[in-house]
Order: sequence, then structure tokens, then C-alpha cells
Amino acid sequence: MIPELGHFALALACALALAQTVLPLWGAHRNDARLMAAAPAIAVGQMLALGVSFACLVLASVDDDFSVLNVAQNSHTLKPLLYKVTGAWGNHEGSILLWTLILALCGGAVAAFGRNLPSALRARVIGVLGGSSAGFMLFALLASNPFTRIFPAPLDGRDMNPLLQDPGLAFHPPILYAGYVGFAVPFAFAVAALLEGRIDAAWGRWVRPWTLASWCLLTGGIALGSWWAYYELGWGGYWFWDPVENASLLPWLTGTALLHSAIVVEKREALKVWTVLLAIGTFSLSLSGTFLVRSGILNSVHSFANDPTRGVFILGLLGLVIGGSLLLFAFRAPVLAPGGLFAPLSREGALVFNNIMLCSMAAVIITGTMWPLVADLMFGHKISVGAPFFNATVLPLSLPLFAAMTIAPTMAWKRAQLGPALLRLWWVALAALVVGLVTSLGAAGGLAAAAFGLSAWLVLGALAELIERVRLFRIPLADSFARLRGLRLQTFGTALGHAGMGITVAGIAGMSLATQSVVLLHPGETAEAAGYVWKLEGVYDRPGPNYAERVATLTITHNGAVVATVEPSRRTFPVQRMTTTEAAIETNGLADIYTVLGEERDGAAVLRLHYNPLAPWIWLGALVMAAGGGLSLLDRRARVGAPARAKVRPGDAVA
Amino acid sequence: MNRRILLLAPFGAAVVAGAGFYSVLGRMKTGTFDPHDVPSQLIGRRVPDFDLPAQAPGQGFGSADLVAQGRPVLLNFFASWCVPCVVEHPELMKLSASGLPLWGIAYKDTVPAASGFLATHGNPFARVARDAPGQVAIDFGVYGVPESYLLDKQGIVRWRMAGPLTPAVVAEGLRPALAKLV
Repeated sequence: MIPELGHFALALACALALAQTVLPLWGAHRNDARLMAAAPAIAVGQMLALGVSFACLVLASVDDDFSVLNVAQNSHTLKPLLYKVTGAWGNHEGSILLWTLILALCGGAVAAFGRNLPSALRARVIGVLGGSSAGFMLFALLASNPFTRIFPAPLDGRDMNPLLQDPGLAFHPPILYAGYVGFAVPFAFAVAALLEGRIDAAWGRWVRPWTLASWCLLTGGIALGSWWAYYELGWGGYWFWDPVENASLLPWLTGTALLHSAIVVEKREALKVWTVLLAIGTFSLSLSGTFLVRSGILNSVHSFANDPTRGVFILGLLGLVIGGSLLLFAFRAPVLAPGGLFAPLSREGALVFNNIMLCSMAAVIITGTMWPLVADLMFGHKISVGAPFFNATVLPLSLPLFAAMTIAPTMAWKRAQLGPALLRLWWVALAALVVGLVTSLGAAGGLAAAAFGLSAWLVLGALAELIERVRLFRIPLADSFARLRGLRLQTFGTALGHAGMGITVAGIAGMSLATQSVVLLHPGETAEAAGYVWKLEGVYDRPGPNYAERVATLTITHNGAVVATVEPSRRTFPVQRMTTTEAAIETNGLADIYTVLGEERDGAAVLRLHYNPLAPWIWLGALVMAAGGGLSLLDRRARVGAPARAKVRPGDAVA
Repeated sequence: MNRRILLLAPFGAAVVAGAGFYSVLGRMKTGTFDPHDVPSQLIGRRVPDFDLPAQAPGQGFGSADLVAQGRPVLLNFFASWCVPCVVEHPELMKLSASGLPLWGIAYKDTVPAASGFLATHGNPFARVARDAPGQVAIDFGVYGVPESYLLDKQGIVRWRMAGPLTPAVVAEGLRPALAKLV
């Protein structure tokens, strides 16, 4: 009964989404106030219907209803409850439903928070969101229905891929999807602006918070995925340039560019056409990233279904959304009136530079990801493009970008001079140089030392920007403090975001100095690596809920003092016939001691011992970046027309 | 005018990409293109040197015996414990009946199990050897069983299939490759 209810709610939501597309867009075209006013109500209705549908899927999974094909294929009675819930979206069909649910939430959010929008713009934005929703719900209904029943129902399910049975990965897809799908809102705004033929500063101010929110979620989602790869896959790496990882990085790069170019639209009414293209491009990359990877075209560990028929459906849908919006762009973009002029050397110019570098990186990554397919298709060569290519191309592009990141915020709009900006940053440059030199005298190679220097440049530069704003030491301290309190949250957000990037860069540079060794130890034997001594105390069996676990106990000492006792393990999942490694990670905030248990031979265990300097900083930096974005979002002035909360004094109400 | 073209460029790029994906999907559907396929390094090279003991009911052989045949041979790695091997077995029987010499290598298997497998499902092989440690399979770069190699009369690998030989694979892969050798 519950799956049928969910199926019906999904169909209802799809019908509502169709109405959500047609009525408001037609209303906006005919300037019919009644039709336009219907938009928010339909959007909320669609969201509720989809919410019910999704809840039904989760319920079916929690109830172990193995007559539902999707549950039978991905669940098992012994699976812990958390993974029964998260397993609802840990598969192709469920993830599509989650995807559409988040899109519906975006529509609902625009309906709820968009009361101050001009009604035609709001109707068009909601209409465009409804159109995309309808397409993907149609896909769910016709080609990947999560509520399909099977008869006879099996007694037990096939269980979920053990790699996915992990708390980090339980929340990785929803956050990542929220980031991907959130870019649908700037996309809808861009398409609506093209339909209207008008973009002004208010448009920029509307688009920016939505972009920022999606960007924060995407940053968090990518970081969570990378962290999962680090501790769950047990290879000691954090980024593998896998097509799916690249697919998430691409919208992040163009989204970051969009975030910055929207500032120019808002402040200077320039770069309109480019910003619209970026908004369309970012969502297009999100869509292609989520769906083309799934069609099994690209060689990736992440592809759920290898079904070309589904692929053709998805491709048609993408063609409609992406092709349609780009065609509209080609014909309507010339209508957008160009705005403020600026000299190449100015804040606008710096932001254009930022856009160029970020989009170049995206282009390089697209090329590297797609090249094996192109080479195979056109020349019949089987090649694979891996980390060496990406490192050799993306790193050189990122260095000038990092260098500019600190200078740009100190530059003036319209026309700036580089000299004074650099003079103000002399102590930052000096500190960065010292850090670079010291690290290069240490263990670091040339590139790593440069990265360390740049990370200092970024973090201290963000600090310098704040110091500059409060005129520290140039005016009395009390005045500086007053200025600090008067600073906008957005300013802190920018500083935090840029500093977060610096922290991540330091983490990545630190990881390039990581050491690892593979040793074969009998219980009682010791091995030494990176100044630490690992002693294998013993290996024993430990039962788990739906797996059997083999655990090694090791004591790690440094200069004779015990640092930690760690228990790396291997889990064997009998239903899925798979083994996962659970690395033991001992961190002190500055470095990770990472131990992996391998195979056992003749009473001895193969162990991999890693020492990863600054590893936690990679994700800490991402968290700081996302927090910076969140801080900017809290800035009331970032939201159009958000009125200041009036302080209600007791007594006023009665008068 | 230039501006128009520039603004159309993103659409053009999307169309090209879409057409590319469409052709890939079409070819994946017909089975003529598999992005996950990894080609064998052996194609166009002589078979690695080996000499393997007999596996009942066959007679063991080595690389020299293969070359001495003087005609194309299909070399098949199989195992009694492998489910896809059962799937492809009828196809092997058909190929053998059509006159193509098939030589088999039992991969990581015990003698009774492998001979039992051939007794149950029929023996398509002219000669059967056994590679219990899987050492020769490593030299061939075998992915997993079943895996088949088509050798020409000089003992040079001309075609290879990692996975079961289905009627479609035989019709679209093996037969055309064989036709080129004759």
C-alpha cells in the first residue's frame, strides 16, 4: 500500500510540476496576474507531494518491504537502521527521487522567500524550475521507478554495497545533491532574465545568495566525499581525479566563478551576458555530472546502472534543458543592455581574471575527463587520463589565481593601481616568502614549498584585508574596534572563504610530503616509519551486525612515549561478498597517523603505515570556506528587501 | 554578426557534445562499443612461452604445440567454479562442431573438478592443459575466466574476449576476426 501511495504522489507531483511550468510562464507572457499568482501555491503543492513520495520510499526501506524491487536489491533485514534510511537514496532510482525532491524544495523556497520579487520574474523562475522538475520526474516514472514491485517477493534483500555503509557517505549524497540542484535556481533566474530581456543590479543581488547557498553545500559535499575516500577506501589518498569527482569539481569551479561575476553584476551592472552564461553553464555541468556519469559512458566506480536506454532518455532530457536554454541565450543575450565600463586593472578586472582562470581549469578538467572517450570513439585508442595530467595542468593555473585572490579584494572598482595595493600587502608577501623558503629548506620540494608560501599568502592576506578595513594601528585602537563592529558580515565571509582556501592548499601541500611503508609483522613485532614505532599486539575476530570483522591492535609510540592504540580492521560482508578496509586514523590536528590492515599470511599481518602531514587541513579548509559562505548569507544586506527586524517595545502594541 | 556567432558558440558546443554522447549510447546499445573494455597487450604479438601439464581428458600442451598446428586456434581459459563458463559452454560446443580447433586451459582448478565439468557439459577441446597456479594466465594477462584468445597459424594473437562468448560476440567479433585469417 505504502509504495503505491508513493507512486501516486510521484505522479501527482509530476502533474503539478507540468502545471507549474505552463501556467506561470503563460501568465507572465500574457501579463495575467491571476496565473502568475498561482505559481507559488503550485510549487509548494508539488514539493509536498514529492515529500510524501520520498517518505514512502524511506518507509518501505525501513519496513524491509522486499516486494519493492529497489528495496530488495539494496537492503537486507540485518542492515542497521541508519543505512536502511540512507539506503533509500544510495541507489540509482532513489537518488533520482532525492534529486527531484531537492529541486522541488528549491521551487518551494523561491515561492516562500521570493515575495519581494517582481511577480513576472518570480512566475518565470518558478515556471522554469517546474519544467526541469517535470522532466526528471517523468524520467523517474517511466525509466527508473523506485516503487516497482516484484513477485514473488524474496525473503531477504541483496544488501547495500558495503562501501556505502558508512556514516560519512550516508550524508554525502544529500549535501552534494543539494549543492548541484541549488544551482537550478540561478539557472532559472538566468532563463527568466533572458525571457524578460532585462538584467539589473537587483537581479544580481537575487542570484548571489542562491548561488552562495548552493556553493556552500557543494563545497561541503565535495569535502565529505573526499574525506570518505580518504578514510574508507584505505589507499591514503583523498582525491583520485575519478570522472565522478571531476564531475562534482566542474560545477564547483564555474559556480565559484558565478559567485564572483554576480558581484560585478550587482555592484557595477557589468558582465551581464557572461554571468547569465555562467549560471546556465554551472547548472548544465551539474546536470551532466549527475546523469551522464550514471549512464555508464564514463569509466567510473560510481556508475550505478549500465543501461544505455536510460542514457538516451537522460540525454534527451539534458538536450532539452541545456540545449533549450543555450539556444534562448544565443537569441536573447544581445537584448541585455551592457552596463558599467571598467579599466583592465580594477576590481572588476580582477574578478574577470578570476573567472578566466576558474573556467580554464574547468575546461582543462573537462578535456582530461572526456579525452579517453573521444580518443576511443574517434581514433580507437584506449587511453586513460590520470592524476599526472591533471596535476600538471590544474596546478599551474591555480598558482596565479591564488596569487590574485589576496590582491583583488584590496583593489578599487572601475580603475585601480597595482602599486599601492601591493604596498599594503608587503608584510603578507614577506611572510609568504619566509614560509616558502623555510619549507623548501625543510623536506618540501619546489612546488610544495610554493604551495606552502601561497597558503600563507592566502590566510594572512585575508587577515590583511580585515586589518586594512579597520585601519588597525593607523587610527586609535578604539576606533578600529568600532570599525570592526561596523563591518558587514559579507566582508568577514569573503575573508573566511579565502582563508579556508589557504588552509586547504596547505593541507594538499602537506599531503604531498606523506610517507608510507608496507610491512609484514608477527604479533609482538615492531616497525618504524616517520619517527613513529608501530607494535602489533595481536589480531582477533570481532562480530558485526551484518559483517565479520578482523581487527588488528597496534600501539604507536614516539620517542618511547605511547601516542595511541589503534585498531585498523577488515570487514567481510557475506551477503555482498565484499571486503572493506577500515583504516585507523590517529590525528593530532597537524598530521594523521594512518594504519591499514591488509591480508594475513602464516600468522603475520600485512600492514600499511602512513604518515600524512597536515591531512586534516584539507577538509578543515573546505569547512572554513563553507562557513565563510554561510556567514555572507547571514548578511541581511545580501538579501533584497529583507527588512530589519523592528524592536518591539512593550506597550507599543497597545497604543 | 561576430557577436551573434560568439553567442551561438555555447549552443554549438552543447550540440556537438550531445551528438557525441548519442552516438556512444547508440553503439553501446548495439554492443559495438564498450567504454569499459580494456584491450589486451597481446593483440598482434606472439603467445607467451609456456608448457603446461595435461588435464584429463585432454593432453597437455605448450606454446610450441600451438604454433606447430599451422592453422588458427581458439585458446580458452575456463574453470569448473566459474558460472559464466557454464553460460558460454554451449557456444564453445557449437564452435568446436563447426570445425574450429579449440584448446582449453583449466585455470586454478583441481583435476577431478575440471574433468567432471567437461564430462557434464561436454568437451569442446582438442587438447586440455591445466594451469593450477595460474602462472601462465598471468603471462597472458587474463582478467578472469572465461577468457578466449584467437591465434593465427603463426601463433600470433589476433583477437581476444574477456568474458563469456555469447552468440552476439561470436557473430560480431570472433567470426569477422577469423574470416580475416583465412
